[in-house]
Amino acid sequence: MSDRSNGGHPLARVEHLPGVAKPDPILVIENMRRAFGGLVAVDVERLEIQRGIITALIGPNGAGKTTFFNLLTGFDRPDSGSVVFNGKDVERLRSHGRARQGMVRTFQLTKALTKLSVLENMKLGAKGQTGEHFLQSLFPFLWKSQENAIEERAHELLERFRLAHMAEEYSGTLSGGQRKLLEMARALMASPAVVMLDEPVAGVNPALTQSLLEHVKQLPNERVTVIFVEHDMDVVWDISDWVVVMAEGAVIAEGYPESIGKNQAVIDAYLGSGQEGEERESGSTDE
Amino acid sequence: MTLAAIDWGFILIQTVETSLGLEAAVYALAAVGINIHFGYAGLLNFGQVGFVAMGAYGMGLSVTLWNLNPWLAVLVGMGFATLFALILGVPTLRLRGDYLAIVTIAAAEIIRLLARSTTLGDITRGAEGLHAFIGPFRELNPFDPSTEYGIGPFMVGGNQFFAIVLGWGVTAVALVVIWQLMRSPWGRVVKAIREDEDAARALGKNAYWYKLQALILGGVIGGMAGMVQAIGKATIQPDSFVPAYTFFFWTVLILGGVGRIWSPVVGSIIFWAMLTFFQGTLIALVNEGLIPTSFMDPTQVNQIRFMLVGVGLALLMVFRPQGIFGSREEMMLDVR
Repeated sequence: MSDRSNGGHPLARVEHLPGVAKPDPILVIENMRRAFGGLVAVDVERLEIQRGIITALIGPNGAGKTTFFNLLTGFDRPDSGSVVFNGKDVERLRSHGRARQGMVRTFQLTKALTKLSVLENMKLGAKGQTGEHFLQSLFPFLWKSQENAIEERAHELLERFRLAHMAEEYSGTLSGGQRKLLEMARALMASPAVVMLDEPVAGVNPALTQSLLEHVKQLPNERVTVIFVEHDMDVVWDISDWVVVMAEGAVIAEGYPESIGKNQAVIDAYLGSGQEGEERESGSTDE
Repeated sequence: MTLAAIDWGFILIQTVETSLGLEAAVYALAAVGINIHFGYAGLLNFGQVGFVAMGAYGMGLSVTLWNLNPWLAVLVGMGFATLFALILGVPTLRLRGDYLAIVTIAAAEIIRLLARSTTLGDITRGAEGLHAFIGPFRELNPFDPSTEYGIGPFMVGGNQFFAIVLGWGVTAVALVVIWQLMRSPWGRVVKAIREDEDAARALGKNAYWYKLQALILGGVIGGMAGMVQAIGKATIQPDSFVPAYTFFFWTVLILGGVGRIWSPVVGSIIFWAMLTFFQGTLIALVNEGLIPTSFMDPTQVNQIRFMLVGVGLALLMVFRPQGIFGSREEMMLDVR
């Protein structure tokens, strides 16, 4: 977290308006729209994500947060719109291509590769492996030294995430919280520029949540930009530098975590505006 | 009318002979192919016999139609299997797994029906099949066709012996290649895709391309099985590629244990040992009058023995669901 009290916050001069321009954006999303039949799940006019900070993406159930995540990471295709990542239009890249560019995500329902050991899970994350090519893989001398270097890095990260004692176990034997840790550690193996965490602490016990959040807070120091979806407002207040609020597919507010709760549009989105009834019924999708 | 009157020695010799024979090698090889597909990459291929047929016809037609030398013919056979994998894989591997399963089972039948059709009769010789390809392969045979080879009571002619050595030899090479692949980073990606494709894609792995590679690899090995069979039997007939064979290959794989290097080999040996032993024993029992002919006559033995293999498979699923080599620990992870 940055010290915004004395003006050191990177977004100190930025207005608290939806779609506002940032001084150093790593991601710029424009006119992104995705409809499922008649249901508009995502309709974001413009959103910029500042580099090197932790941005929280919040919003009521069905606001389109996960769909938006899928669109950003190439797991779903928008009907229209563009994503510029690190100054490069990634619209044509599919999910694995965007991951290679440095945009690595985790999933709301954890995807531990259960029949691979924890260490194998980690090693899978590393990018640019020679031994992943079919012909080269048949000749270990071509990739053995790279493999050893990857393994060393995997052990270091496992140590940091307190999973070192589980390295040789099947990842299917991990608890739910440990799986979340593993998934985050595995994402870091890819040396990402942006990690996108979809509900990183959902279903994790409080003690483990604390250690997970400590890891997330460290990431900007390693020049990793973090975007995360979360429902727990305590978590959002604790770790985020900037908050983006979505409702009914659109970005309705942006601002500091402390002040976002006072925003009238946000209050309306969460609690329903004056004339509830018909308005809330329309346009919300299930994530 | 006693059990002692049965020639158990003869039955046992036959059992050992078939379980190490040409068919066992062919089935092992075909099952090695689906082990790559299903055991490592998680692809459901219910048309492996189609790859076997493509390999056999590719090799056979190279000689009968294009007069290629036998080595080139083998390469063409592998090419046919690769082509089949591309036709099946390119449209379906981006979709959910079930689509490949549906497409493969239908495509394998299309191959067989095309091969036996009168339209292609000038090329594939219809139901009669190809025979004339065998000459050049016989010339490569280092063994003397007029001599018997083997140990003790297990003796076969030179041509047969060549095919058996070839079959198990190719199987051995395939196992070494797969063993090396699966302990490499390539194998790690393939196994990760089996576990969860999206997770692999989120880490920058091109799941589609890896699945296609795995489909081709397993398909080419299936094609090799077809070529070994063609050389061993000196004939390629469309009706030796009926869908039932695909499921025999699956039985072999499941008996051995899915996703283990050795399981197709051991599974195939056990499969053929069971079939031959049941056949020999049942015929002997009927002949000795221990099974009344009103209950079963010798012509029905052939069907009954498959039922007994089915019972054996069912018992295995109850008492050792992971197969002979599979890991129970790994299997239990699915339940968590």
